Amino acid sequence: MTAVLLNEQGLRHDGRKVDELRPVKIEVGILKNANGSAYIEFGKNKIIAAVYGPKEVHPKHMALPDRAVLRCRYHMSPFSTDTRKNPAPSRREIEISKVIREALEPAVMLYDYPRTAIDVFLEVLQSDGGSRCASIDCASVALADAGINMRDLVSACAAGKVLDQVVLDLDDVEDKEGSADMPLAIMPNFNQVTLFQLDGILSAEQFKQAFSYGLGGANKVYQLQKEALMKKYFGDGEPAMEES
Amino acid sequence: MSAVKKSLVVEQLRRNQMIELLARGKRIDGRGLLDYRPIKIETGIIPKASGSARVTIGDTQVIAGIKVETGTPFPDTPDQGLLVVNAELLPISSPYAEPGPPDESAIELARVVDRGVRESQMIDVSQLVIKEGEKVYAVFADVSILNTDGNLLDTTSYAVVAAMLSAKYKKYEMVDGKLKQTDTVEPLPLKTIPVSVTMAKIGDSIIVDPTDEEEAVMDARLTLTSDSNGNMVAGQKGEPGTFSFDQMLNGADISRMKGEEIRKMLKEATGFTG
Repeated sequence: MTAVLLNEQGLRHDGRKVDELRPVKIEVGILKNANGSAYIEFGKNKIIAAVYGPKEVHPKHMALPDRAVLRCRYHMSPFSTDTRKNPAPSRREIEISKVIREALEPAVMLYDYPRTAIDVFLEVLQSDGGSRCASIDCASVALADAGINMRDLVSACAAGKVLDQVVLDLDDVEDKEGSADMPLAIMPNFNQVTLFQLDGILSAEQFKQAFSYGLGGANKVYQLQKEALMKKYFGDGEPAMEES
Repeated sequence: MSAVKKSLVVEQLRRNQMIELLARGKRIDGRGLLDYRPIKIETGIIPKASGSARVTIGDTQVIAGIKVETGTPFPDTPDQGLLVVNAELLPISSPYAEPGPPDESAIELARVVDRGVRESQMIDVSQLVIKEGEKVYAVFADVSILNTDGNLLDTTSYAVVAAMLSAKYKKYEMVDGKLKQTDTVEPLPLKTIPVSVTMAKIGDSIIVDPTDEEEAVMDARLTLTSDSNGNMVAGQKGEPGTFSFDQMLNGADISRMKGEEIRKMLKEATGFTG
């Protein structure tokens, strides 16, 4: 391939430093019908999250007597990729839906909503590597927007390796040409990992470094998530609502 | 990952008892926290397959079969053979398994096992090319789960790896633009032995090789796969619980340590010396 993954100055093909995130933009409350919603641009990723619920569970036998069921669907639009993606859910999307649900679940206070369902829908309009992490970032903001009780936000970012260099937040080019990808999600105020995956070869040292890069990235995303929520609920940072 | 998780009714008492035992470094079946149940690996049990293995860990039993066929390479990797890993939870495996398409747990299982084999570059797929861009070998690893008692992930993974290590396939050649089978039989081009180690978090304790009973009460699961050089090559956290940062980093050390022991067993059982 033609892309220069790392140049002499140690910069990546898109000019980023090894531990630099792509530009991230988060907008809260973008869909009228949903109880909560958010839109994220994570590099070239464009993802919408919609939360419906707590609501009645259908089919009824899926309801839990003591808590809500959290359901999650991660779906890629057919036009989101280089070649058209078949709209039917793939095995990859089914697995990602499962790990996203398991990444969000520790943060959601499900026992506050017995016998209900909370549905999280993620629609990837354009994908650019790291879409599961961006989806988690977007979903956790949408859950907060829906007013659902949460212990913490969930913040995610991947680290990985291109050539033999550990880097933060791989995009599509780096994901395909790189040699390892490690998506990570955390609850930043509890220092707990809620999602972890790895594919690709990392030495013991590189594993530790990628993990620490991922944590750093997730914490940066956490600040942006908070800013986005502040912006919607308190204007531009100042809690304007109850002044004077 | 457990098929029976939703159905097995384990009372809070049982979990509390387990947590109390674990705090004293003991498990409900008498094992230490980082002990596997007895692992048995047999190869060559299905002569019609290119390679096969039966692996039991405790009462969990699976069979993996390898079939090497020919196929067309993907357009973006014309110089690489194909690898397909699939696992099926047979209805004979437990009272809770139902026939039908794989559910999300079965899909996750197959994909995590696939990840270990693929990402470790165990098979040198560049050597599985008959004619670049046109014909390559396709290695199918299919796993039938016969009996479940926890840790399907490692059992399935070891079965696939053992079957690969013992596999032999017939070479093809291109004659006048057509595929022709030759009499040459070769082992698969293998570079490393990936070994997955699955850990469960119950309360604050980390154990390896959880049984069904332990999976029913676990908070979270972590699978980390190492290669022969001690690199981490694949990983997956599962279930809604969480791991602390230290637990994650220690998990890598546990995976390497246990992986080394199990890699020896795989080598002994298959006679693989590479």
